[in-house]
Amino acid sequence: MSEEKIGVYICHCGTNIAKVVDVEDVAEWAGNQPNVEVSREYKFMCSSLGQDLIEEDIKEKGLTRIVVSSCSPHMHEKTFRTACERGGLNPFMFEMANIREHDSWTTDDETAATQKAKALTNAAIERVVHHEALEQLPVEINPNTLVVGGGIAGITAALELADGGRHVYLVEREPSIGGHMAQLDKTFPTLDCSACILTPKMVDAGQHPNITLLTWSEVEKVDGFIGNFTVSIRKKARYVNEEHCTGCGICIEKCPFNVVDDIFEAGMGDRKVIYRPFPQAVPKYPVIDKENCVYFQKGKCKACEKFCPTEPNSIEFDQQDEILTVDVGNIILATGFQLFDSTKIPQYGYGRLPNVFTGIEFERMVNASGPTDGKIVLRDKKTAPKSVAIIHCVGSRDENYHKYCSKICCMYSLKFAHLVHERIPDAEVYNCYIDMRTPGKGYEEFYNRLLEEGTHFIRGKVAEVTNAARKPEEKGKLIVQVEDTLIGRQRRVPVDMVILSPAMEAQPDSKEISQLFKMGCDFDGFFTERHPKLDPVATMTDGILIAGACQGPKDVPDSVAQGAAAAARVAGLINLGTVMMEPVRASINQEDCSGCRICNNMCPYNAIVFHADRKVSEVITALCQGCGTCVAACPSGIISGAHFTNDQLFSQIEGILWDVRPEKELVSA
Amino acid sequence: MSEKPKLAMYWAASCGGCEISVLNIHEHILTVDSIFDIAFFPCIADFKVHHVENYPDGYIDVCLWNGAIRNSESEHMAHLLRQKSKVLVAYGSCAYEGCIPALSNLTSKAATFNTVYGENHSLDNPNQVVPLTSVDVAEGTLTLPEFYHTVQSLDQVVDVDYYLPGCPPEPPQIWAVLQVVVAGLLEGAPLPPKGSIVGVTNTAVCEECDRVKSEKAIERFYRPYEITPDPEVCLLDQGLVCMGLATRGGCGALCPQVNMGCRGCYGPMPGVEDQGAKMLSAIASVIGAGEPGMEDAELEEKIGAVVDTIVDPAGTFYRFSMAHSLLRRAKVNGNGKG
Ligand SMILES: Cc1cc2nc3c(=O)[nH]c(=O)nc-3n(C[C@H](O)[C@H](O)[C@H](O)COP(=O)(O)OP(=O)(O)OC[C@H]3O[C@@H](n4cnc5c(N)ncnc54)[C@H](O)[C@@H]3O)c2cc1C
Repeated sequence: MSEEKIGVYICHCGTNIAKVVDVEDVAEWAGNQPNVEVSREYKFMCSSLGQDLIEEDIKEKGLTRIVVSSCSPHMHEKTFRTACERGGLNPFMFEMANIREHDSWTTDDETAATQKAKALTNAAIERVVHHEALEQLPVEINPNTLVVGGGIAGITAALELADGGRHVYLVEREPSIGGHMAQLDKTFPTLDCSACILTPKMVDAGQHPNITLLTWSEVEKVDGFIGNFTVSIRKKARYVNEEHCTGCGICIEKCPFNVVDDIFEAGMGDRKVIYRPFPQAVPKYPVIDKENCVYFQKGKCKACEKFCPTEPNSIEFDQQDEILTVDVGNIILATGFQLFDSTKIPQYGYGRLPNVFTGIEFERMVNASGPTDGKIVLRDKKTAPKSVAIIHCVGSRDENYHKYCSKICCMYSLKFAHLVHERIPDAEVYNCYIDMRTPGKGYEEFYNRLLEEGTHFIRGKVAEVTNAARKPEEKGKLIVQVEDTLIGRQRRVPVDMVILSPAMEAQPDSKEISQLFKMGCDFDGFFTERHPKLDPVATMTDGILIAGACQGPKDVPDSVAQGAAAAARVAGLINLGTVMMEPVRASINQEDCSGCRICNNMCPYNAIVFHADRKVSEVITALCQGCGTCVAACPSGIISGAHFTNDQLFSQIEGILWDVRPEKELVSA
Repeated sequence: MSEKPKLAMYWAASCGGCEISVLNIHEHILTVDSIFDIAFFPCIADFKVHHVENYPDGYIDVCLWNGAIRNSESEHMAHLLRQKSKVLVAYGSCAYEGCIPALSNLTSKAATFNTVYGENHSLDNPNQVVPLTSVDVAEGTLTLPEFYHTVQSLDQVVDVDYYLPGCPPEPPQIWAVLQVVVAGLLEGAPLPPKGSIVGVTNTAVCEECDRVKSEKAIERFYRPYEITPDPEVCLLDQGLVCMGLATRGGCGALCPQVNMGCRGCYGPMPGVEDQGAKMLSAIASVIGAGEPGMEDAELEEKIGAVVDTIVDPAGTFYRFSMAHSLLRRAKVNGNGKG
């Protein structure tokens, strides 16, 4: 051990570390620790000059181990490993101590911070002595990709890859792709018709030779790792044979039963029991809503089958769910968002006061192919409102619901105001907002346009929407009670219609989805990116990427950008053909395994097999992801985790406790 | 004195089972007798401490020490016998890792005294008399060894050459080890490296157990009297705590063969610092509770309910290894309550 020559480098990180930690003192102190050959401090270790220091010291002083005390390994472990490699050292002869996130950023106490920096550095010094040279493992990348979620983000990602000649499985759980964008009428800020820009992309995705479109389908199981995932997909029974169906729609026409369409029409309209969510749906094949189908429930009807003109008949009442298994190299999650449930804020009256609408109801209402043929009318479906109030931040920026800003609601609320002006020119429109947030290309201009269109802007959080009139002119109206903070007065604004602009929130099953794909989601349920600034579409799990509103509130342009970014990432990896995998793996010493089988069902990657003939378990190296679960579980201590051996961990613990004098053992009282 | 090598065996905090185990090597005991001269063996021969004190240093060739270090007397004897012995063997689980006596490390000296001399249904001690290290009486001063707060293993007090685990060690292993030692002493054959754990295998007890093991998902644990186990199936798979998987083999898996889960007396596997912790993490890994997607709080409750079926986890998982584990002892405050 004493033959090791360690180089220790303490980073200032500008002032991030040096402001609180006495870096000179730490460096000097580290220089006196056993085996330490050189100890330096430097302004930015991650700069090329900082890296050169390491490289040169290895070459000139024959260093055999390197310790850098700086930021989180998430940031720069790779940087410094590569520097070691350039200097001629195995990259795993390196250990990083995090004296920024774990130290200088947590306190203003200089003495304590310096002491802790020493402890963390010492832990690394003592650990690194036990490091072993490890070789990275090359893994081949399967060139096929799975995209989950067929909203605009998922469609974009799928098309980018497919156009580049790569095969994509696009899985959508609704009967059609399109996502929320398909429900919208116009899109801010340019007001192009949502369907006009979306449907060509949907059609492309539906017809692309490189895209296997699996709608009415959900992912059930994901095994494997980057380059080699095996995914089981449940293709739910449509009760319509996709090979025979021509999409003529006669079955829909002839189906005698209507139900309220809570999904696509947001409850504003009906659909048939055999249905396509909307006329431009992709694929064109309808599905039978089994729950509401009279034939399925009562055994009689079969109108759809009777009128189906295809030969053979496309209706298949005995169709079963199918489980498909596909192999892919990468997975892009684009599962989108859901809208905040406005009934959770009872004082705004949604669900209680008929003429309070949600944003998505309004979108359907103004849509030319929607339930009112694009007419803005009250719940009676006849009367056009003469005055409309639009309430921003419903469920957003609110301690009781979501603290975050949903980012798009100001813009779509302005869009709503514009649409009311456009369709009912003499209507008064009030936008009640907390702050007007319109950052984005052409967005502020759009706001200005609305200011000129005569919208009344009231800056204040709405307290309540009520139908209890206090004055004659309030009779029969909805009264919006709001403090207008710009004039410093409470106002009661009587209107005919109120539109709520609800928050964008994570899908209700986002936690389960994150577990299924073994990646993280945050407290709000949005998927966690690898780095909030520098790596927004990757996740902590290699090979799993995220795009669109599943990562956080986003408008269409941002969702598209992320879809394309995720696709570019995947395309780059596919081009490489192989990735180098961390050699941090578990292995079982075959001679010492007693075959107790504790580890067998432990592995999240199914990398452990039991050989019944020899009664021993084995880790399949290519499948192991080095998570360490089996290492911890093995009661015999014979599964070892490379780079996390007992020696390494115990010496690290001892190192961190260097200044803790063990209490004198209480042997005799 | 003859030229035969000298053998000693001493007991500290122990039950006497280790002495019996030496006699339990059957007819081989005659060979032992013919090879060795007994130099000190309080259980079977009438030697006094002053005899030992008068031996020259290193006079005893092999000393089998059993028992944990419980009080000042055992500590003194450990130092004495270390000085007088060429080879000191920590014999049996108490000497090796503290064993049952060391379970009192979970509490304090005061609490132990209270159980033994104070509040105990089988006691009548109205004046609450407890042992003192010295008492003045008319005839002079009476002394007793000092009872320590913490029980230690032999190697926590003196340097140990070999360890022979077991509670007690199994006869075939004892005989095998004695043969190696004899070959070393008489024929100059190489002895195992100092610090070796002898009379054991390098695999866990499961290796020696023929029961069929499966993938595990344990929904509740049973105490031995609660079920009649299937004789073919792994006891742990049936919910009986069996330490075999965290315990070094060599015993021949005797306990599981008779439907009794391994207690763990052969100690941890090579390279394992803490047998109890290892077993705990193994058990925690195979608890079959809850369903995927369940809320954390509910899952925790479900897991808690399964774990609660293990009675006395510390006494179960650290039954033999407390003194030598990473835990070593519980923190106790002044009044001796945990
Ligand atoms: C009222 C309103 C108005 C808006 N107006 C505009 C506007 O004018 N301009 C603008 O730029 N943006 C607007 N937006 C925002 C826009 O809707 C989003 O930016 C966009 O829809 C996000 O696309 P996405 O693909 O990420 O998610 P989504 O559109 O939510 O699509 C996600 C898709 O994934 C599917 N899915 C979810 N989970 C699974 C699963 N587990 N398996 C398979 N499939 C799954 C869903 O069914 C859905 O099809 C508006 C939003 C709202 C609510």
